[in-house]
Amino acid sequence: MALLNEQLQGQLKEVFGSMKNEITLAVFTKEGDCYSCEETISFMKEIEALSDKISLETYDLEKDSERAGDYNVVMAPSIVILDSDKKYRGVKFNGIPAGHEINSFIPGILEVSGVGEALPEELLAQINALSKPVNIKVFVTLSCPHCAGAVQKAHKLALESDLIDAEMVEAQTFDELSNKFNVSSVPKIVINDQYEFVGNQPLEVFLEEIAKTQ
Amino acid sequence: MDFNLNMNLNEQYGKNKKAAFDKEALYDMLIIGLGPAGLSAALYAKRKGLMVGVVSNKVGGQVVDTTSVENYLGIDFATGEGLVEKFMHHVQTLDVPMLKDADVKSFEKTESGFEVTLGRGEVIKSKTLIIATGSKPRRLGVKGEEAFMGRGVAYCAICDGPLFEGRDVVVAGGGNSAVEAAIDLSKIANSVTLVHRSEFRADQIIIDHLNRQSNVIIHLQTEIQEVFGDGLVSGIKVLDKATGEVRELKVEGLFVEIGYLPNNQLVIDKLDLNNRGEIIVNALNETSMKGVFAAGDVTDTPYKQIIVAASEGAKAALTANDYINRG
Ligand SMILES: Cc1cc2nc3c(=O)[nH]c(=O)nc-3n(C[C@H](O)[C@H](O)[C@H](O)COP(=O)(O)OP(=O)(O)OC[C@H]3O[C@@H](n4cnc5c(N)ncnc54)[C@H](O)[C@@H]3O)c2cc1C
Repeated sequence: MALLNEQLQGQLKEVFGSMKNEITLAVFTKEGDCYSCEETISFMKEIEALSDKISLETYDLEKDSERAGDYNVVMAPSIVILDSDKKYRGVKFNGIPAGHEINSFIPGILEVSGVGEALPEELLAQINALSKPVNIKVFVTLSCPHCAGAVQKAHKLALESDLIDAEMVEAQTFDELSNKFNVSSVPKIVINDQYEFVGNQPLEVFLEEIAKTQ
Repeated sequence: MDFNLNMNLNEQYGKNKKAAFDKEALYDMLIIGLGPAGLSAALYAKRKGLMVGVVSNKVGGQVVDTTSVENYLGIDFATGEGLVEKFMHHVQTLDVPMLKDADVKSFEKTESGFEVTLGRGEVIKSKTLIIATGSKPRRLGVKGEEAFMGRGVAYCAICDGPLFEGRDVVVAGGGNSAVEAAIDLSKIANSVTLVHRSEFRADQIIIDHLNRQSNVIIHLQTEIQEVFGDGLVSGIKVLDKATGEVRELKVEGLFVEIGYLPNNQLVIDKLDLNNRGEIIVNALNETSMKGVFAAGDVTDTPYKQIIVAASEGAKAALTANDYINRG
């Protein structure tokens, strides 16, 4: 049975109609014990079928470890969105982006395809001034309505800078990692595994925390 | 597996893309807040032909964090987010320019009206203002609450509930939000203890629903005194008001649902407020400052409900329209 019902498929087709360039979904799963890996693959296949501009590549976290290394993928399931040059732009999802996270996943596809509003000049200046790599983890639950907003912001920052790698982490799938970072409210944003804040805060707050890593 | 797709994506990215917000223009009316009060005001103002804009740091206000809404006339059931989509769609059909991720920091009265300063320092000009900034969760104000915030103390049951799967949690409060939170959590947590310092204020229909859950314990006339733990919450201290006995409850989560405080930071020192910090408005939604109107949870209008906020927003817009036309 399809995960996406007909109505949802229709809506997504329409949204994908505004994609500019082609994108690739590179999905990493692993054999054996892998919560939601199978569902994630089915979900991605259904998404691929909804637009000519979307193609799917599936990898195994262990067998394709080199490829995984290219995109800093260390968990499964994990999805990275590659641009039309197959370049990794720092947009990653760990765990299935279902529930409310579809609202960060679909914008992720659109943004990597080249649509979306530019960030204000002042913020771009701050992003361009970065000199060291930045990793942003956004811990979410699938039932959190405003978490997707925080994921979108992290991805928007990543798209503006090759130094920023931004990943959604579904807290229940990766409970060990969430426990390590004491995640008990979402969205929880952790930068370079060191600086953290809770809530879908304005971009300025993301940049303030990022500045501490430089 | 559910997918809660936001139907307004097309308006954000697609061919129905909406008018950009012009920061240089002089607006007739600037609305602060995109909850039901602000959205309803925007709808009424635009239909009157006013040059109207909306600035908010979040779309949909508190409604987004509501599991289900079952008391809005004409809509027997909607998820909070689903209702916001309907509201937004309705307002977007009229192409009202919106700034959706901007904090309003302050405003000043000028000769032609008002200058509103945003978080990034930009200034927007408008002849009138509608303050529809809503409210935020009230805190218990007990020892340990602040320190364990985000470490077991939570204010959004649908967001953080899944992180407490199979654990023991407490819900503080006795109104509708508390009872609803307890019902939602009872499906995920091992046990839910509802603690409230007086009697239930919730609607009977949902109290009945709560009573049907087998893993829910209810302590009324019980006061929370302290949250404790080591890095993360491990329990709370409560006072049983009838016996005077103080007990410890071993829990890993405390969900605080004890009502709301007005988002009045913008207007403190500027507008008359009541002793709860709510903006005092008259039946026409006028505040103590000419040209500034207010609506919804941020005002002293009783009953904080979506339908009340929406109707107050409509009134505020109509009054402001009359004010502008009188010149
Ligand atoms: C968990 C929960 C469940 C509820 N369930 C129900 C229900 O079932 N039925 C019902 O009728 N009501 C319910 N309510 C109450 C209802 O949500 C509120 O009464 C209603 O949302 C108030 O609307 P509002 O527009 O006044 O304010 P809000 O919804 O609070 O919106 C205000 C908006 O203004 C923004 N804002 C604030 N300050 C600034 C600033 N300085 N700059 C920019 N933007 C700003 C906020 O971010 C927010 O988006 C519930 C509330 C909660 C929290």
